[in-house]
Amino acid sequence: MMKKIFVPLALVTAAMFAYAPYAINNVAYQSTMLLVQKIFYFHFATWMAMTAAIAVCGIASVIYLFKGSRAADWYGVASAELIVVFGLFGLFSGSLWGRKAWGVWWQWDARVTMATMIVLVFLGYIMVRKYGGPGSEKLAAAMGIFGAATSPFVYKSVDWWRTIHPQTSVVKELGTTFPEAARLVWFCVAAFLLLTVLLLAARVRLEAMRSKLDDMYLAAED
Amino acid sequence: MNFFVAIQQQAPEGFVPVAPGTLVEQIPAAPLVMASYAFFLLLMLFYLWTIWRRIGKVEGEMQALERRKSGSK
Repeated sequence: MMKKIFVPLALVTAAMFAYAPYAINNVAYQSTMLLVQKIFYFHFATWMAMTAAIAVCGIASVIYLFKGSRAADWYGVASAELIVVFGLFGLFSGSLWGRKAWGVWWQWDARVTMATMIVLVFLGYIMVRKYGGPGSEKLAAAMGIFGAATSPFVYKSVDWWRTIHPQTSVVKELGTTFPEAARLVWFCVAAFLLLTVLLLAARVRLEAMRSKLDDMYLAAED
Repeated sequence: MNFFVAIQQQAPEGFVPVAPGTLVEQIPAAPLVMASYAFFLLLMLFYLWTIWRRIGKVEGEMQALERRKSGSK
């Protein structure tokens, strides 16, 4: 099924990403941060995409650990890689935004620090898979579950520990305070989620091929 | 050193309004916004390239294994 819809989905996603910079350029400035606030549209969307990937990794890790499903393992490792990729962009774009909005490249506030930790957990997942040897799949799956369990704390960190990072209410109230920006940010989130689906499909295909190659080597040895 | 001390001493007490027409952007925002979106584009292109390269490598290995298998028959 994914094979059939991959190309149309890729075209829709490409069109959305082609339109997004144009729409971001045309949307009005936010009242206090002006131009630099426009980083927000991709910055927020990338964290949403990362959250989706974390959910996939968490669920796939549970299924793999308790049912031993090979496909679940493919989804686990594929989504872990996406978490790191999106996380890197989220941290980088946040740093650029913070440079202007906060006057510093980096701030050890609760949200930024916890987001860094969660990226490191999934980077650890990938390293365990790559260098852990036999049995590393199960160890990595356990890391995937605990990494996913951390994500609600990352989300709520800005409400629980008040620092300079905007609270979750900013996005919740955007529909009434700045409807034009709200429409655009959800458009960007949709584009990022479609991109997540496409990248995940491509990455899962790679894992499936690797698994098939392992089977071929085992068959050749027999 | 004395120069910086002199500047500090000249600073007025408390908050005072800026003189009209002197308000300037301290850190330019445009390069930061452009760097953010450019980094995203480069990161995605790089990541897609790595997936494409890894798929090619596995396909190559599969074909080599198939050839070895058919050659040994």
